[in-house]
Amino acid sequence: MKILVCIKQIPDMASKFKPNAANTWFTETDLAFRMNEYDEYAVEEAIKLKEKQGADPSDLVVLSVGPARVVEALKKALAMGCDRGVHIHDDESNLKDPWQIASLIAAYAKKENFDIIFTGMQSQDRGSGQVGVTLAGDLGCSCVTTAINFSLEAGVVTAKRELEGGAKGVVKLKLPAVVTCQLGLNTPRYPTLPNIMKARKKEIAVLKAAELSAEGPRAVTEKFYHPVKKGTGLVLEGEPAALAVKVLELIKEKTTVLRG
Amino acid sequence: MKTLLVFEYRRGKLTEANLELFSFAAALGAQTAGVLIGAETLLPAYPGKLYLGDIVKCKDYNPEVHADIIMQAAQKEDPDYIVFIHSSYGWDLAPRVAARLKAAQVSEITGVSEGKFETGCCNGKMRRLVRPATTKAVLTIQEGAFCFTGEAEGTPAVEKLEPSADGAGLEFAGYEEPEKREVDLAKAEVIVSAGRGIGKKENVPAIAELAKSLKGELGASRPVVDAGWVDHNRQVGATGQIVSPKLYVACGISGAIQHLTGMRNSEFIVAVNKDKEAPISEVADVMVIADVMPFVAALTEKLKQ
Ligand SMILES: Cc1cc2nc3c(=O)[nH]c(=O)nc-3n(C[C@H](O)[C@H](O)[C@H](O)COP(=O)(O)OP(=O)(O)OC[C@H]3O[C@@H](n4cnc5c(N)ncnc54)[C@H](O)[C@@H]3O)c2cc1C
Repeated sequence: MKILVCIKQIPDMASKFKPNAANTWFTETDLAFRMNEYDEYAVEEAIKLKEKQGADPSDLVVLSVGPARVVEALKKALAMGCDRGVHIHDDESNLKDPWQIASLIAAYAKKENFDIIFTGMQSQDRGSGQVGVTLAGDLGCSCVTTAINFSLEAGVVTAKRELEGGAKGVVKLKLPAVVTCQLGLNTPRYPTLPNIMKARKKEIAVLKAAELSAEGPRAVTEKFYHPVKKGTGLVLEGEPAALAVKVLELIKEKTTVLRG
Repeated sequence: MKTLLVFEYRRGKLTEANLELFSFAAALGAQTAGVLIGAETLLPAYPGKLYLGDIVKCKDYNPEVHADIIMQAAQKEDPDYIVFIHSSYGWDLAPRVAARLKAAQVSEITGVSEGKFETGCCNGKMRRLVRPATTKAVLTIQEGAFCFTGEAEGTPAVEKLEPSADGAGLEFAGYEEPEKREVDLAKAEVIVSAGRGIGKKENVPAIAELAKSLKGELGASRPVVDAGWVDHNRQVGATGQIVSPKLYVACGISGAIQHLTGMRNSEFIVAVNKDKEAPISEVADVMVIADVMPFVAALTEKLKQ
């Protein structure tokens, strides 16, 4: 069984974001990067599937598109248990639209004939939620989004899609298929030290983006900016005890919850 | 300018968010036609054209078949924009329609400005203004961003469409209901919610104690539930419960849109966060900039006095 998992490296969301010179995305200076949270679930699910194959050894490839820094995210996925990495080197990936990113991945994946592909349902930074579905379209395979449960029996995927309010829709798909993963699908493992050591020997093939696809953008970011401050709330700072006094006063003044 | 609005029929009902599609089209100043995969007995109220696919034939979920119906409607209408609500229905379907049209897609739009679309990014901290580079574009709009204030009336002129795709790669096998709720947060007057910012499971009891001191219930953001720190039936948000207590205290919660959806109608919102820029500040009446656990301890103590 050939399995692909696609991951993105994103900045820590607690960071302060500053626009780049062209005002089209954030500048990367001072940002710490990590694996997109949704993709951690995708990696875990791919590894669980590989482990289930048992005697029939599978090939689990982890892929990331981006500049040199994304190798760190690939290494983490390898340390979690993926077999080998593919780095589609692209210094401009952050300025590309989801269609272009999907085209790059599809150009690689077409040659490999994967049985199943996992992606996160969206990235935490762009949040477009398009790459996985678009990739499936490009490859002509079926796709289910927002999976919160996954199993594979006799070549048929059963996935549960998470719906509004917490209900689930049960979907069966034939392979080859793309599954986009939702938070809570599983419990992503932490790489252990021995596995981190072992991962150092695993291969990471580097492919150049320009040699895979020359698709132009379908959507262009014209501006990247802070939202106009909507909040009109009071901002309080200080020592916990003093803050507690102040907040309690406000609760008593503005609400009825402590009366009677 | 012409829009094709894709209405959502969810488990026997038309969602309320469908109305926001009209507000969005109005914000664009566009003419509207609609497409619905639903039932003839339950149609959206407006005076325009409606293309109708039958939900029984197309199934509740088969994006290949639904996309096929939408494409048939698009071919007849030749719209500039095809618009979905950014819901589990819309975000699943929109990229498939965009791919068929070789068109741009802009996801989770919160505003319009001269043919460009505003959308949130970086977990709600930043915004992007996006311009489609193709003549047609597929759009999904954020629920709640284009509130409908008008009166929905009129009877659409229906044209029925038959599915021409078989969607055989995929089979819908029914629904699973969320587990039974032991706590109905919707009835609580006070909710104190724990977010990932509380740091570890061992801190949950302190948040629960604050809730108790305020005679309220414990709530939680999703990561706290996913990690198993708090039961799912206490999750607040799009995939949890929608609440509107008199007082909502958010402890170490960033304020992602899916969380805000669940609590923004609370009467008074206190947010405790070390990050001044956390998007929860958009809805907070009081933003306490502090390390969450020492503050929670101090407030609980004051309440006990
Ligand atoms: C389809 C879909 C449905 C979803 N449904 C839901 C839902 O129903 N409910 C929900 O909550 N989420 C939902 N989510 C997830 C949502 O997008 C966010 O990931 C989630 O709400 C984040 O939870 P959080 O704020 O606790 O964590 P984070 O976003 O990680 O925020 C933690 C916050 O704590 C602050 N912090 C950290 N340390 C401290 C400290 N020591 N003191 C004070 N502050 C601190 C940080 O500044 C940050 O703001 C959904 C997502 C998707 C895609």
